[in-house]
Parts: sequence; structure tokens; C-alpha cells
Amino acid sequence: MSRGLDASARLAAAVERAVELAVLGGRAGRRAFIRRVGAATAGAALASVFPMGAARALAQEKPGALEKRDLKIGFIPITCATPIIMAEPMGFYKKRGLNVQVVKASSWAMIRDLSINGETDATHMLSPMPLAISLGVGSQSVPYVMPAVENINGQAITLHAKHKGVKTAAEMKGFKFGVPFDYSMHNFLLRYVLAEDGVDPDRDVQIRAVPPPEMVANLRAGNLDGYLAPDPFNQRAVFEDVGFIYLLSKDIWPGHPCCAFAAKREFVEKMPNTFKATLFALLDATQYARDRSHRKEIAAAIAPRNFLNQPVEVLEQVLTGVFPDGLGNTRNVPDRIDFDPFPYHSMAVWILSQMKRWGYLKTDVSYRKVAEDVFLAAGCREAMRSLGQKPPEANAVKHAFALGKTRVFDPDKADDYLKSFAIRRS
Amino acid sequence: MRPERLRVIVVSTMLGLAFLVLWQAFAGLQPTGRGIPGPAAVAATAIQMLAHPFYNNGPNDKGIGLQLAASLARLGVGWVAASVVAIMGGVILGLSPTLYRAVNPYVQVLKPISPLAWMPLFLYTIKDSGQSAILVIFMSSLWPTLANTAFGVATIKRDYLNVAAILQLSWWRRLVTVILPAAAPAIVAGLRISIGSAWVAIVAAEMLIGGTGIGYFVWNEWNNLALTSVIFAILAIGVIGVSLDVALGRLSRRLAYTE
Repeated sequence: MSRGLDASARLAAAVERAVELAVLGGRAGRRAFIRRVGAATAGAALASVFPMGAARALAQEKPGALEKRDLKIGFIPITCATPIIMAEPMGFYKKRGLNVQVVKASSWAMIRDLSINGETDATHMLSPMPLAISLGVGSQSVPYVMPAVENINGQAITLHAKHKGVKTAAEMKGFKFGVPFDYSMHNFLLRYVLAEDGVDPDRDVQIRAVPPPEMVANLRAGNLDGYLAPDPFNQRAVFEDVGFIYLLSKDIWPGHPCCAFAAKREFVEKMPNTFKATLFALLDATQYARDRSHRKEIAAAIAPRNFLNQPVEVLEQVLTGVFPDGLGNTRNVPDRIDFDPFPYHSMAVWILSQMKRWGYLKTDVSYRKVAEDVFLAAGCREAMRSLGQKPPEANAVKHAFALGKTRVFDPDKADDYLKSFAIRRS
Repeated sequence: MRPERLRVIVVSTMLGLAFLVLWQAFAGLQPTGRGIPGPAAVAATAIQMLAHPFYNNGPNDKGIGLQLAASLARLGVGWVAASVVAIMGGVILGLSPTLYRAVNPYVQVLKPISPLAWMPLFLYTIKDSGQSAILVIFMSSLWPTLANTAFGVATIKRDYLNVAAILQLSWWRRLVTVILPAAAPAIVAGLRISIGSAWVAIVAAEMLIGGTGIGYFVWNEWNNLALTSVIFAILAIGVIGVSLDVALGRLSRRLAYTE
């Protein structure tokens, strides 16, 4: 290569190399891969795994020209969307030169359709959704990417006040439960909890998809015995004297992913600079939300009718983790909800294994390949580094579940993990 | 004023007042902040909302006036489009008994489908939530007008058509000067039923798609369990519905004729 090659082209080449190395597993893997398929094919194959334009954009220090300034980002009014929402009133989008309108949607099916139909440019999603949509499960098949997790923890099982005596999941046979969507961590965690206590979630209870905002009303009406829901609707049920918090989701899987920031792969490929600016704004916001001393300020910013439309008091109870549980106790759980953007591939593999476990995913797919396609761990790391944040080094880790008998999920042994469960559909 | 009319007004007012008193008393029985809010609380919300009906705090928070305007605009587009199609189709079916009987089974199957059931299909195919909502309105206002127009045209006195034929009027003149005026009362009755069912459907459609509109407003306030706002919105929906009905009722009285 000549010396005349300009800096950005050199950087681009370096990034391509780095992505190749990350994806193909080291230099030896890369050499073997290229020897087998030829350099050009190798490049194309990699671009299909990771949007190279986006990777280049993420690594450049100077932001490229924005392809589009006026963006619409969809959200569901829940505290999981905190970084996406707060970035508007608190100016995080503006700082990156973006004029973002956050658009409230009424249900997850609407969020999916608004995004697929291009009425929103990027969107708040439940972290299983971009995986399911990319696979065409419960949706038409559209390639999605998920460059960042919004929040970790932040869900709970709330039961109707008449069930105050219930102490174990085994006592929940015959209950009617609500979850926000089939393809949600809520659904998979609720099923996990029930099955660990020997309750078959498909046969012994009824689980229905109920849009989060309608959950409290349904619980009050006695339509539901309980739900595994995003906040603020757990705390709102306590606030309304309708129910009590049975179990925080952080006590099932500490640090589990909940909601995410997602976009069609097409958006990332066609507008890498806009994508980068949006991701940066969200990572800034997530970092800001991580600091517990900011939580009250954030609660006030996202409470108005334009955003969550909830009492500030309830949002503060959720975000600060100091809250009444509806059983007469005041609990102090600082990490009841927390914010950590890194999309570990191992999280995706767990989600896919549960989609398989409960029969949502009927075909055999390579969990790892799908995880790498959708969860942009390398891209998130690159972006976090540019912002001076400290991303983790590994794309995949083992996850420990805290509930009952401790189980460790090893992403390399997902099939064995699946087989270790007595209650499963496949 | 005739004494009979005066009596009606007095009784009607008293019934209304009695309802308000009972409602307030019922609301007062429950602890504050729980249960159904009373009329006083709803009135307070109404005053607050009507003081600034057109404020705009961004895409998810607009005044009640803007929400109603958005719903009425959707209703207008969907209902007018459906009416044009339904009247044209109704005239054709009304003039041809064979075609009428051939098409009738399909219409009967399509008619009882809740317009909202079409929503997922529209969203999937049209790929636009706003247009899908308008199409829902279209579907809900199509059938009453179609059926009424076909019936109205089919039952026009044969004499009128015979005279038109003897005068050798062009089909266009026959349509404009004989058929439509003769069938007008039936058509307007269909339009009146249509706009009523469209107004019923729009609220539910907007609750599904979100965005702007009185249905979205109800949903957003439900989110926050703000029942005073929900009740106020229900009243506003009712008042608009009555106004639409009265307007078309006036039109139908003007078009009525005696044979």
C-alpha cells in the first residue's frame, strides 16, 4: 500500500481487519477462512455478519456528515425505555446534532410494525424482539440489529393483593398471568420461575400478552392474578393498592437484559453516521442514568404526559430502588433497575435457547451465528471506547441464575443446558 | 313555547341533575383517590382541559381540541371516500337485480366483520399506521351506505324511470336528475348510520395505533389511570357523535319528499 493512502482509508482497512478477527476467531481463523473462500468473498461474507460501514463510522473520531437529522424513535411508556426517552428532554440527542422525536406506541406489536414499516427510524424493543424478527419468528423476517441494551433488571412479578399468602410458584397453579409480549424476557423469566417450581407454564397456568399500560387495570379488574411486567407497572399496582411485588427479576437472573435499542439493519447500512450519532447519544444517556445520584432528576424528566405519563413518586420508587412492596415493607434495592448497554452474545444465546425450549423456535439454528448477527457487541464496544467508557473485553460470558437451585448458563453448552430442564417443549 | 315542550325540558333537566347528584354521592362514598371520580372532579379536569384545548407539547401530548380535530380529520377522509364508493356501488346494485343478488352474499359476509379486525391486515399490507386507521373508518362506513343506496335505488317508483326513458335522457342525466334525488332519503339515512359507526370505530382504532386522536388520548390517560380525563373524553366523544348525527339528520329532512 502506498504512503499516499489517506488516514481514513487506512483506518477503514484496520477496522475491517479487526472485525474479521473478532468474528472469525483470531488470525489463524481468518487466514483459514480467506484461504478457503478467497478475499473478496470473505469481505462480502463478513459484511453480512457485521455492517462494515457502521463499523467504520463507529471507529472514526470525527463524526461524518449526518445522512438524516430528523429522526423518529418509537417507545413504550415504561422505565426500561429511560435512556431512549430521557435523551430527548435532557438534550442527549441534540448534543449529537440530531432532532429526535420519541413516539409513544400502544403495544409491542405496534412497535414492531411501526419499525418494520419505516414509520420510525429506530426503536425501543424487548431484547428478544430483534432476534425473533430477524429469524422471522412471530413476524415477517426482517434483518435487525441491536447495538445496545437499555436496562438490566427492572422487572418484577406482581400478584393481586388477594394472593398475599402465596410464598412459592408452586402455589400459582391455575393463575392467569400477563406478560408484555410473547418475545420478551418477561415471558421467558416467568416461565423459568414457574417451571423451576414444577409448574408447567403452558398447562398449569394461563399466560397472555397484555400491553404494559393495561396491566394494572386488568389486575384491578381481577382479569389477571399477576404479571411479570416492566416497571413502573409493578410499583403502580402497589401505589394503587391493587397488588404486591412478589419477586424482583434481579433475584431470578441478576443483571439480565431487559429492553434494548434496535433498528433495521438497513438503517445501519444506509445511514452509518446517523446510526453512530444515535448510538452515542444513547450511550451517553445510559451512562448518565447509571449514576444513582441522577435518578431523581431523570424521574422528573420522563414523568410528564408526553413521555411516561406517571406520577413522579412512582418513578422515583422504581429508579432509586427505595420502595414499598405492598406487603407493608419498605425495601431498599439500589439495583432494582440498572443501566448497562453492553449486548453480550451470551444473552442472545440464552434468549434463543428459551425460544427453543418453549417451542417458539421450531427449527434448528446456530444460536451463536444469530447472536453475532443481531447483538452488535463489537460495535457497542467500539462506541463505548470512543466515549471513554469501559466496555467488557469478552463478547460472551457465563451467566449465573440466582433463583432456587443456582444454575449457570454456559453459552457454549446451550444444548446441554436446555436438556437439563424437566419441563420443556423441545 | 308549548306547555308539552316545556314539560319535556323540565323532566329532562331533572333527570340529568338527579344522575349527577347520585353519581357525586356514589363517588363520595369511596375514599379519595380510589374508585370512580365524581362529576365535580371531572368538571375540574374539563375546565382545565378546555382552557387550553390546542396546546402542543410534542408528538405524545397535545390538547383535547387537537386530539378531536385529528380524529375528525381521519373520520372525514375515511367516511367521504367510503361514501363515494358506497353510493356508486349502491346505484349499480340497485339498478341491476341480478347483480344485486349475485353480490349480496359477499356483502352479507363482509358486513358483520368488526372494522378493527382488518387492522392487522392493513398494517401488514399498507405499511402505514395512519392510512390503516383511515381504511378502518372506510370499512366501517362502507356497508350501511351501500346497502341503503342499493335499497333506495331498487325501490324507486318504476314510473320515474319510465318517464326518464321516454324522455330519452342520457344515463348521466338520468342518474343526476332522477335516480339520486329519488333515492336521496335512503342514501342519507345510510350516511347517517355510517358516520355513527365510523365514529365508534375511530376511537378503538386510535387506541390501537397510538399517535394523535381522541382514542389515543383515552388510552394515554388510561395508562396513568387518570379517570377524570377518561370520563371527560367519553363525554366529548358523545357530544361530537350527537353533533354529527344531528347535522346529517337536518340534511335528511331537507332531502325528504312526498310522492
